[in-house]
Amino acid sequence: MPAPLLELRDIAKHFAGVKALDGVSLAIQPGEIHCLAGENGSGKSTLIKVVSGVNSVDSGEILIDGEPVGHMTPRLAIARGVQVIYQDFSLFGNLTVAENLSIGAELRERRRIVSWRRMRAHAESAVRRLGVQLDLDATVDSLPTSGRQLVAIARALMADPRLLIMDEPTTALTGREVATLFGVVRDIQARGIAVLFVSHKMREMLDISERLTVLRSGRVVAAGPIGQFDEPAITRAMTGSDIAEDPYVWSGDDAAPNLLEVEGLTVPGELDAVSFSIRPGEIVGVSGLLGSGRTELALALFGMRPTYAGTIRMDGAPVRLDSVQAAIARRIAYVPEDRLTEGLFLPETIDRNIIVTALPRLSRFGVMRMRDAAAAAARTIRDMAIATPTGDRPVTQLSGGNQQRVVIGRWLLQDPRLLILNGPTVGVDVGSKAGIHRAIRALARARGLGVLMISDDLPELVGQCSRVLVMHRGRLTAELPGVPAEHGAAGLRATERALSDRLKALV
Amino acid sequence: MSATLNAPPVRSGIARTLLRRPEIAVASLALVSMLAIGAINPAFWSAGNLFSLLRANVIIGILSLGVMMIMLSGGIDVSFPAFAIAAMYVTIKTMIAWNYDGVVLPFIGATAIGLLLGLVNALFVTRLKMIPLIVTLGTGTAVRGFLLGVIGVSTINIDHMPQALIGFARTDLIDVTQANGQHVGLSAMVLVYLVLALGVHLMLRHTLIGRSIYALGGGEEAARRAGFSVPGTVFFIYGLAGALAGFTGLLHGSMIWIANPHDMAGLELDVIAAVVLGGASIFGGRGSVLGTMLGVFTLVMLTNSLIIMHIDTTWQRIVTGAIVIVAAAITSWRDRGRSA
Repeated sequence: MPAPLLELRDIAKHFAGVKALDGVSLAIQPGEIHCLAGENGSGKSTLIKVVSGVNSVDSGEILIDGEPVGHMTPRLAIARGVQVIYQDFSLFGNLTVAENLSIGAELRERRRIVSWRRMRAHAESAVRRLGVQLDLDATVDSLPTSGRQLVAIARALMADPRLLIMDEPTTALTGREVATLFGVVRDIQARGIAVLFVSHKMREMLDISERLTVLRSGRVVAAGPIGQFDEPAITRAMTGSDIAEDPYVWSGDDAAPNLLEVEGLTVPGELDAVSFSIRPGEIVGVSGLLGSGRTELALALFGMRPTYAGTIRMDGAPVRLDSVQAAIARRIAYVPEDRLTEGLFLPETIDRNIIVTALPRLSRFGVMRMRDAAAAAARTIRDMAIATPTGDRPVTQLSGGNQQRVVIGRWLLQDPRLLILNGPTVGVDVGSKAGIHRAIRALARARGLGVLMISDDLPELVGQCSRVLVMHRGRLTAELPGVPAEHGAAGLRATERALSDRLKALV
Repeated sequence: MSATLNAPPVRSGIARTLLRRPEIAVASLALVSMLAIGAINPAFWSAGNLFSLLRANVIIGILSLGVMMIMLSGGIDVSFPAFAIAAMYVTIKTMIAWNYDGVVLPFIGATAIGLLLGLVNALFVTRLKMIPLIVTLGTGTAVRGFLLGVIGVSTINIDHMPQALIGFARTDLIDVTQANGQHVGLSAMVLVYLVLALGVHLMLRHTLIGRSIYALGGGEEAARRAGFSVPGTVFFIYGLAGALAGFTGLLHGSMIWIANPHDMAGLELDVIAAVVLGGASIFGGRGSVLGTMLGVFTLVMLTNSLIIMHIDTTWQRIVTGAIVIVAAAITSWRDRGRSA
């Protein structure tokens, strides 16, 4: 057997006394798709940085083609054929696709004067090599995420890599775009380039990779050919515990009045006669491709499409949701997709982040009632099971999943009747995801909260929702009933397949 | 329906062209303003007025080139008026003290002073990772204070100004005899401005260091990962902007025959207004020499024409302030949602 393309032997790396990597060994064969799995904080990012030479190692050896490389630097890594596509792509949004693709080569060749003709020729060959269509003259930030990713991949391939590392490449992609990406990745593999695919999405690992290495707390806890793994096994390896799958079953009173009734909701160009209802305690999923109108539906219900036509009733009484204030007054809460970038005040404490939307309720004559505020924050930390000993720590110290809970918990302080969640667990690892799901379920059950959950994550929709609506081109095109509890995991898989088939049929 | 909340809004072809090429928008604004002002007062079109307008472009124009570069990289500079005046005043004081009269050496000296001060800015920005606005506010104020407190507060007027400098700045390119028999000339300093602008344009467009400025404005982390030397680029732009400021300071003194250490106070706003009007993004990464020159031309024309339209000159400040806000609002709107 030939020497592996890349081999790590017993790598250790500390940051300020914390063991980020603790005796990690890993081998990547030429031309294989290798998946590196692990929760946030498991050491995946550090491992990438070690391989790409950004971080030096405390101990251990890095071998390429069986030879120790000694001290790895970014320059050496690139010279030995290692290319990394970071999660943020590291592209220049203000520059054209052509320049983004070719500026690296100009830099490597140590040019002083750039030639636009040479750069363009370079870029054309890069795009041709990848076999995709890209407008070379468009600025990168006018492209959708999937387009930017293709630019990043094309750029990486220009350096003739032997190993391409992709850091969570599917995070911001829709299902269809993920399929396209996988096509590109297999195509790259067919040229003998190895791919290290970093992910925490189980379905994708099983789909694309040949070998799997799972990290937990800086150690390799499982490794082997992908055939040896199934979802529960990976989950167990990643989290160190089993996460039970039990479908959410609505157990309310069938005769109870609807919490929300939507009839013929229409927004020109966005929504076309959407009708549905939610009962108290129900979690209703919304699925659909990006651009199907699912986000617009949420926005309309949150008063951000004031010119809508159609009828919206809450508790049987017609309401007019023509402003965010009107929606909030009806106790509707909306947690948007981009809450991490826009929803948190990062330098502030957890407590202040929690109470910020409830300030008017926690104040009298514009002066905050500190004791009420502290009590409200403490209650939220308990309800949402936010993992922190105290609320006066900076919110940045929390993991992504816990930050998400802060944002959701903040809206719960408003004591909502209807909670609209858009991608509630995007970018959250498996363990935290389960925690968020538990919290949402508990709230729906205990408080009779109606939840509208928009998500790309099919297992999430099927597992957490009492039914799932499918949207396409602004219309509701199907409704899938919930999975009865006794059908268990098999029932979930079946419904998930049905949902997946429906979405594929829409393309 | 295909447009979603996240997708860029579909805009008509004209709107898109204008947003992609802000130069066209500024040029149109300049043209419309010229026609309007000319209609109100035909004296606008006299050779004398046009020549003096072009002459008024020189100082703000060269300073704008420096500020535009810094804004391209994602930074901002408000220290350059102080640097320019310090370089000018120190150079002229030295010339008088040594009884030296000449052109080339003093300009080299003033440029070197500006360069040095610019590198100090860069040092703070790179080593201490400070925000450029705070750094340049601080260095600008300190340099102005040093100038007034240590070097001198008295204005050097034409009787004491080195004559070679005045002679150099009085050089005309062309002479025209107006209908009223008056001789008017186009200052050769316009040529100095054009040569510097061409130089900066070629540097930005066709050299790797120029592209590294755009790359830095597009994303510092991305620039670092691509292999650009971020500190190198920062030293280059602040150094060059400082050098341009020092050079311009002496040119300014030579052109107005006075060396006043209090001069150019508040000029940073005019220059930033011109740069933003020329389509440069306040977030960095977008801007061009041509756009900046058009922005300078438009701003100078609008403010100067208030005089020939018999509007009180205090309105100049109001117009400048309004231009900063409107132009910045338009570019923010253009850049909104990008690279989010």
